[in-house]
Amino acid sequence: MHPKRKKRLIVVLAVVVLSSLGIGLVTYGLRGNINLFYPPADVIAGKAPVGQSIRVGGMVVEGSIQRSDNSLDVRFEVTDYAGTVPVLYSGILPDLFGEGQGVVAAGKLDTLGIFVADEVLAKHDENYMPPEVAEALEAAGKKI
Amino acid sequence: MIAEYGAFALIMALVSASGLTLLPMWGSFSGNGSAMNSAKPLATALFLFAAISFGFLVAAFLQDDFSLVVVANNSNSLLPWFYKFSAVWGNHEGSMLLWVLVLCAWTFAVALFSSELPQVLYARVLSIMGLIGVGFIAFSLFTSNPFARNLPDIPADGRDLNPLLQDPGLIIHPPILYMGYVGFSVAFAFAIAALLGGRLDAAWARWSRPWTNAAWAFLTLGIMLGSWWAYYELGWGGWWFWDPVENASFMPWLAGTALVHSLAVTEKRGVFKSWTVLLAIASFSLSLLGTFLVRSGVLTSVHAFAADPERGLFILVFLLIVVGGSLVLYALRAPAVNSGIRNAWLSRETLLLFNNVVFLVATLTVLFGTLFPLLMDALGQGKYSVGPPYFNAVFVPLMALLIPIMGIGPFTRWRQDDAGRWTKYLAVSAASALAAGLALPFLGQGFNLWVALSVLLAVWIVGGLVIDLHLKKSGAQSWSLVFGRQTASYWGMVLAHFGFAMCVISVVVVTQWNVEKDLRMAPGDSAELSGYRFDFHGSGSITGANYRGDEGVFTVYYQGQRLTELRPQKRQYLASGQVMTEAAIDAGFTRDLYVALGEALGKDGAWSVRLHYKPLVRWMWIGATLMGFGAFITLADRRYRRAKAHLRQGREALTYG
Amino acid sequence: MGRLFLFVPVAIFIGLAGLLYRGLSLDPTQLPSALIDRELPEFNLRKLGTQDYIVRDNILGRVSLLNVWGTWCPTCVAEHPYLMKLAAEGVPIIGLNYKDEDTKALGWLVRLGDPYSVNITDPNGDFGLDLGVYGAPETYVIDAQGVIRYRHVGEVNQRTWSGELGQAYRELIE
Repeated sequence: MHPKRKKRLIVVLAVVVLSSLGIGLVTYGLRGNINLFYPPADVIAGKAPVGQSIRVGGMVVEGSIQRSDNSLDVRFEVTDYAGTVPVLYSGILPDLFGEGQGVVAAGKLDTLGIFVADEVLAKHDENYMPPEVAEALEAAGKKI
Repeated sequence: MIAEYGAFALIMALVSASGLTLLPMWGSFSGNGSAMNSAKPLATALFLFAAISFGFLVAAFLQDDFSLVVVANNSNSLLPWFYKFSAVWGNHEGSMLLWVLVLCAWTFAVALFSSELPQVLYARVLSIMGLIGVGFIAFSLFTSNPFARNLPDIPADGRDLNPLLQDPGLIIHPPILYMGYVGFSVAFAFAIAALLGGRLDAAWARWSRPWTNAAWAFLTLGIMLGSWWAYYELGWGGWWFWDPVENASFMPWLAGTALVHSLAVTEKRGVFKSWTVLLAIASFSLSLLGTFLVRSGVLTSVHAFAADPERGLFILVFLLIVVGGSLVLYALRAPAVNSGIRNAWLSRETLLLFNNVVFLVATLTVLFGTLFPLLMDALGQGKYSVGPPYFNAVFVPLMALLIPIMGIGPFTRWRQDDAGRWTKYLAVSAASALAAGLALPFLGQGFNLWVALSVLLAVWIVGGLVIDLHLKKSGAQSWSLVFGRQTASYWGMVLAHFGFAMCVISVVVVTQWNVEKDLRMAPGDSAELSGYRFDFHGSGSITGANYRGDEGVFTVYYQGQRLTELRPQKRQYLASGQVMTEAAIDAGFTRDLYVALGEALGKDGAWSVRLHYKPLVRWMWIGATLMGFGAFITLADRRYRRAKAHLRQGREALTYG
Repeated sequence: MGRLFLFVPVAIFIGLAGLLYRGLSLDPTQLPSALIDRELPEFNLRKLGTQDYIVRDNILGRVSLLNVWGTWCPTCVAEHPYLMKLAAEGVPIIGLNYKDEDTKALGWLVRLGDPYSVNITDPNGDFGLDLGVYGAPETYVIDAQGVIRYRHVGEVNQRTWSGELGQAYRELIE
């Protein structure tokens, strides 16, 4: 083979190898590392897979937060008013977490239908607030 | 009247930018010298009007002019003056004006410092900068006017700056980050101007290289500051979240890193031209894409500005014109790729090409991960989120692939090298890397495969730098002579590579050896963490200028000795009611101790508490700072000044067009 | 042949731009919800400022908006003028005064104008809980049979009304 052509062949091969490596890495990276969101109603209806990483979100049901006395375990319920899912979590909850607040929890559903979360995120939107936040604002003596 | 003057100055800036876009460009094609010469005064006017406009917005914030919507929504009379100042860019409209100001500053800088360029090229570069200016000033004026009034109901006080942004880090982070982001527009303008002229050569690379290095330096420092801010202000000790907004600044950085290296090849050897031009276009396009992602609400992020599809559409159209147009121009005008391979396999060109491919693949995988949720949503596949594990799984192997090459690159010769020249040194480097990798982890928590690997790779990088200096010292020359003969570019490279090695060690060590405990602690409780004892003494109330809160008191002991006292806070800001976690950090060169309060539990004064032991975490920011400063040092290189002198002589001879 | 490769970046970019354009009309914060196409829950609530009670059947029979508001809600002030405009155009708006006090609410309506065909009160948020209210403002499009056809979270304004919210209403009217 002509040396110049041979070089070009090697370059093409290198590009092919590297891009397949890239695609391989992406495919590997995506496996099990992406989480689909399910509303509580779908979880109740059995549409959410058990034992896989998923996200569940909705409102924290009023009066549902139960804390352990000697650890950071907490149990609460998340609802979209069409279904309610119990959530277990151990750790520090975000600053905006509270009853009647929107949350998104990431974790896995167990066989008993309890969602074991390893991350809890509170949703927050400054243009749209629950009355409690507005009250806190008013209590702080600010007119908006 | 402040608002009206500010808006008027912005309109004048738009007029100047339009003039700058049209006149010099027309002159460059029609050969009209005076039209081309208008570039400098127009660029100056553009910068002045943008600065005046920005100045008026700053004045409105400092004077608590709540008749302006942005001031009313993002400031408060109780804010200290420096936060009123940084509140200017703590919102979409103001930060967009900062974007515009930074762009105009770069344009002005090019007008000042590149006036030695051939006239046609000079006119076209500035004209393209002007076009970008038109787009963003128009965006600011028509979709997000920072000078919009709140009439007739002027609020008595403002709604306050988001407490997350009330932080010294946020005073400097956005301007520096934008300097980097927007700075790639210069490399972009040079690339487009060169494509228009049809002459891509070593001279073009030499002219655009210092600008690219400067932008890259700013972007590196900007990202570093962002990471540092997230670490202490978001409250939970993370330093990189692979959040869409972080990725938005990281992608131009990755492409820019490839560009910085590829420009070196084009300047020194005159090859890879099409590739370098493409990278210059890509770096700035990714900056624009980042701006789009952050401001359109297409992706969710903690940092994103309020969603507004209308603004998104405007940027998207602008993106289509600028990026689409430049890529079409590229396809039509760039020199065909198969210009022949003139270098041997073992040569610096090949190694730098490898660097480029790795960075490009990294950019694309980050881009893919960032847009994946959008892609699935568009295909109706549901709401996905792509977490850090994806990015780590993809990014870490790529970087690991890069480093072996980094340990050879600096001393490999251009064109063709003979491995026999340095194999024995390389063996020494490999042996010391291996020894360090095996031994050093015992200074920490004992052997750990990942830590060992990171030490090995870092020592390998540094080893390459040492070998290079050794090879440069031929015969009996004194070291001081060898040192003195090296250029600023060279020392910049050394510093940047050394900084990168520090980052590698830091990232791996802190990931592997970070100890984190979430605990319930009542007053009198104590906890052990990596040999440190944390005693919790309880919490008390505190009152700040614009917040109330609780402060916990912890004493830290190490080997029985009292080390320090840490006082983490939980604040509630009065104006917005927002709750903030202020972590307390005992910073050190070898480790950080980090305490954050979760929430009050029960009646016995107990809190949920997060304790962190973070070994070598500072090295990451120190390393990134070295990388940034390294890039700045290259600007001092005499070569760029000599290039100017050369040009002055040969100016008449060079005709572009 | 070499030149064709140079068009690859443009092709990639066009694909990307198409995706981004599609992205503009998708809302990443809008999470799937089972609330749509559900019957408006039964209620028996006091009419604002009176002792009269209103039940679900009283408000059926025509397509209308149900707007959740409160005097404590800053965004409600912002959307109020637009609601006035819609009311003037003949769009029936039922107000749900949520977790609020009558005196404050009546004062607000006197000061800012009253766009509501009728206002019902939900001082404790019980009905809000049945309905699935997260906060205020929220606006529901309800058809003549009392089925919730669309739920909008946040401000009603020119943009949202020309978007999906208004779309949902206009489709029902036709």
